[in-house]
Order: sequence, then C-alpha cells, then structure tokens
Amino acid sequence: MLSPDRIAPPEKSDEFARLSKLRARVATTLSIVMILMYFGFMGMFAFAKPTLGTILVPGLSLCILLGAGVIVGSFLLCLVYVVWANRCYDPAVRRIAN
Amino acid sequence: MQAANNPLSVTFFFVFMALTLGITYWAARRTRTTEQFFAADGQITAWQNGWALAGDFLSAAALLGIAGIITSNGFDGLIYSIGFLVGWPIISFLIVEPLRNLGKFTFADVVAYRLRQRPVRVAAAIGTLTVILLYLIAQMVATGSLIKLLFGLPYAASVAVVGTAMLVYVLFGGMLATTWVQVIKAALLSLGGLILALLVLAHFDMNPLHLFSAAAEKYGDRVLQPGSKVAGSGWDAISLGVGLMFGTAALPHVLMRAFTVPDVKEARMSILYATGIIGSFHLLVFVIGFGAMVLVGPEAVAKAGGGGNMAAPLLALTVGGSGFFGFICAVAFATMLAVVAGLTLSGVATVCHDLWVNVVRQGHSSEREQLTVARIATVAIAALAVFLGIVFEGQNVAFMAGLAFAVAASANFPALLLSITWKRFTTPAAVASILAGTFSALLMICLSPTVQVDVLGRNLADVSQAWWFVPMKNPALVCMPLSFAVAVVVSLLTREEGAEGAFREMHRRIMFGASPEAVPDR
Repeated sequence: MLSPDRIAPPEKSDEFARLSKLRARVATTLSIVMILMYFGFMGMFAFAKPTLGTILVPGLSLCILLGAGVIVGSFLLCLVYVVWANRCYDPAVRRIAN
Repeated sequence: MQAANNPLSVTFFFVFMALTLGITYWAARRTRTTEQFFAADGQITAWQNGWALAGDFLSAAALLGIAGIITSNGFDGLIYSIGFLVGWPIISFLIVEPLRNLGKFTFADVVAYRLRQRPVRVAAAIGTLTVILLYLIAQMVATGSLIKLLFGLPYAASVAVVGTAMLVYVLFGGMLATTWVQVIKAALLSLGGLILALLVLAHFDMNPLHLFSAAAEKYGDRVLQPGSKVAGSGWDAISLGVGLMFGTAALPHVLMRAFTVPDVKEARMSILYATGIIGSFHLLVFVIGFGAMVLVGPEAVAKAGGGGNMAAPLLALTVGGSGFFGFICAVAFATMLAVVAGLTLSGVATVCHDLWVNVVRQGHSSEREQLTVARIATVAIAALAVFLGIVFEGQNVAFMAGLAFAVAASANFPALLLSITWKRFTTPAAVASILAGTFSALLMICLSPTVQVDVLGRNLADVSQAWWFVPMKNPALVCMPLSFAVAVVVSLLTREEGAEGAFREMHRRIMFGASPEAVPDR
C-alpha cells in the first residue's frame, strides 16, 4: 500500500496529525472529567453514605442535589463537546480536506 | 384493578398499533436494499435519531421499574437513572465519530477494520449476541408479566403479541419502521412522564422540594438519603457503575443507530439530543416516584403486585383518572415494543452482516441474498425471543438486563476502544479480550449470590463458604479490567504489521469519512 504521506504535501499531513491529536486530547479530557464526576459520586454513594445523606434544606439532601447535578453535568459535557466539534473541529477538517 | 376493564387503555393500544402498522406499511415500500433495511439509507435526521435513540434505550424499567424503586426506597432509584445516562457522554467523546465513519451496519465493522475479518467478526458476534439475548429475555419476561398486570392478558399471549408486532415492524419495515416506532414511543413516554410529573407537582405548589419534604415528613428523612437497596457492599456499587457507564457505551442496538444518519455531525448531534431527552425523562421519573410515594403510598403500590412496577400507573389513576391510567398503560406497552424491535434488528444485523456476509461468504454476497438471510434471521430471532420469554415465565430474570450491560462493558467496550486508539492492537488480542470479557462476566454472575441465592434458591450462608463463591452481584469491575489486560498482554505477545500499517489510514477515514474525494491525499 502506498503511504498517503508520500503523495500529500507535507504541511497538509502535519496539519492532519495535529488535528487528529487535538481531537484525541479533547475527547480524552472530557471523558476523564465525566469519569471523575460519575465515580466521584458513586464513590461517595459507596463509601460516604452519611455525608451524602446530609439534609441541606427541608426536602433537599446532598445526594439529590449531586445526583441531579451528575445528570445535568453529563448533558452539559456533551454540549461542550458538540459545540467544540461543530465550531472548531469540523471547519478545521474542511480546511485540510480542501 | 386491572385495565382489562378499562376500554380507554384498549383504545389507546389499538390506536398505537394501527399507527405503527400503517408506518410499517409505508416503510416496507422503502425497504429494498440492505442499506435501507439496516440503516434506513442513512436518511434519518439528527433530531429524529435522538428521539429514536431514547426510544431504543428507555425500557419499561426506566418508567415503571425506577419509579417503583423510588416509591418503596426513595433516593436509591436515582442511582439507576444516573447510571443509565452517564454512558452517553462517553459514546459522544470516544465512540460515535469513529463508529460512524468506519462502520457500515455493526460495531464489529470498526473492530475488524484493520484486523483479520473472520476471527474478529465471529468473536464480536458471540459478544453481541450474548448481550442481545440476555437483554431480550429480560425484556420479554418483563413484558409478559407487565401486560398481564396492565391489560389482564394471559402471560403467554402477551409475549406472543409483542413478538408478533415486533416481527412485523422489523421484517417488513426494517430500520425505517423501527425508527418511527421508537420516535413515537419516546415522544409518548416523555409526554406521559411530563404530564404525570406536572400533575404531581400541582399538588405541591409546583415545587419539587415541597414534594420531597412531604415524603420525608411521612416516611422519614431516610427516603431522601442513600440506602442499601441498590448494591450490597461499596465495591458492588462501583462495579454497577462501571457496568452501566461502559456497557451503555457498547450496547449493540444503541451503536447501530449511528449508521442511520447522513454524516458524523448528525451522529454527534443525535447523541446530544438523546442525552438531553433521556436525562430530562429521568428527572421526571424521580418526581413521579416520590409522587407515588406520597399520593399513593408504598403499601398500596406493593399490594398491586408486580414488584413495585404499578407505582407509576397507580399514580396516574390517582392524579389523572382512569383515562390517564389507560394512556400510561398503553405507553408502557409501546415502550416495550420499541426496545425489543431495536434489539432484534441489531441481532439480525450481526447474524446477517457479520456472520453470513463477512464470515460465511467472506464479503461476497448479493443484495438479494443478504436480504433473504436478514429476513430469515428476523423470523428466527423473534421466534427465539417468544420461546425464551415463555420458557422463563415466573423466573427471576431481572438480573439479566444488568448482566447484559456488564457483558457489553467487558466484551465489546475494550475491543472497540483499543481498535480505534491503539496501533499495536492485534487480531488474537481482539478475539481473546472479547471472549475473556463475555465468559468471565457470565461465570462470575453464575457464582454470585444473584444466581446462587436469587435464582437457584440456595442458602447464602452455605454458598458463601464455598471456595468458588463470588460475593459481588455486579461483575464489571473485575471483568472489564480483565478484558483490557488480556487485550494488552496478547497484543504485546503478537505482532500484526498489516494492522499497524493501516492505523494511519484508519484515522484519516475517521476524520474525513469514507468518501474518497474528501480525503486530500489519496
């Protein structure tokens, strides 16, 4: 198989490698944030139940607040990724492609 | 108390059936190629696909089951709600774009992209079909008993009705009909959930905190605090979390929907929409569960039978009258249908695309032949689902849904992730890790109290003395790292130069897609 790099102008190939790495870094960072957020919560659920059970105001305990926070946070992280991908990543891909 | 006496629920049921069968008739004329049968020709929009993903994923357990757990235990039900959501961002960051650009109909397309087709496809099919079968059994058994409870239909007849309806959708309408069944179901489910939650909140000045404090006044602060319902030991809870998060990110019927949209951007948007829809729905279910606790009462729910599943329908009856009760029952029915149709279709894709086309025929099979195989597989899987649903009547199969997530996390997720991210990943490593993940999860569950005590009815004190006893009810915490370790060790012991050489080309395709004109330097 012919290596594509031999045909490609070198600067395009560099740009591809850089963008590929950037996407990997963004995806990994967001995944780690997500994993820390969820397993931070589950870790407290598993090993710090009394803390999670703190009643903050009548009708609201810490676990309800944090639990709803994980749900909303998951969506917001997805949103951050989608906005980045649509605004930065896709145009960069198109620039290299043309 | 049964809805058999309720003409409204039967009417809703017939309207839903007529509508979905009409759509199937319309879709059948647009289902002539495998691309149409398995991926709706890639013509689904992101918005539709987001709703369809929610319809594919939210099972009856999401409304009836979780609401029931919250009604009887309070906060703990939210652990499941959160667990069902947290896999979606992972799909979005790590999985969906490579999947959309490398694959055709199944996630095995991605794993096999650089590796040798036949061994990888066979192993992936074993992992996938295990997940689908476990999930399908859990769904069919739940369906049979829920319809018996909601509509008063005999168990075997309920299973047969669901099996037949799903067969008709998938066989004639393929992905297009399945998508619309899922979209309609997700819309009905969200609408039903929203109305129910609003009717509950109307009793509490539209303030959820007033609802929660009313619950705490009646049943104590413990209902707002974490209990021990969800998992025995602390590590078991973590293990449950691992299974739910990474299992969701590798469920075959969810991943398959990435192929129904025109491009990567639409695929990524549809995951965002699905995350929003599923997340909002779970927040509504939390309100519904507490509403049933305060307005219906855990005692009344327990007395209605079905292991707490009647919490949401009874609440509907209390706050909305018998018409709304009928609506919620019909929605629950639609929910089950949409999930089993999606599961069946992804099972058919695995049998036809992975096993028949790429293993038996080694990539050379005519469209006509593929469609014939797909339709035979549809009939076979539907018949198997009905058969197993009837065989397992009355058995405790609730653990099978959780096990399906654990197997997906252990068997599919490591191979999928490593095939995209690690250049040195090899064919023997993929096969070994998929098989290690599948069988270690199955073995661990068989040796755990889930099977030994809950299913076989042995005494916990006796089995916990045995040398083979596994104290954990959720195997993912052990099996997923094991599968990763097997993959790494076997990769380092073997060498596959072709796969390494194709790594860069694969990343090019992940970025630019399959169309050759978009790739700059080829």
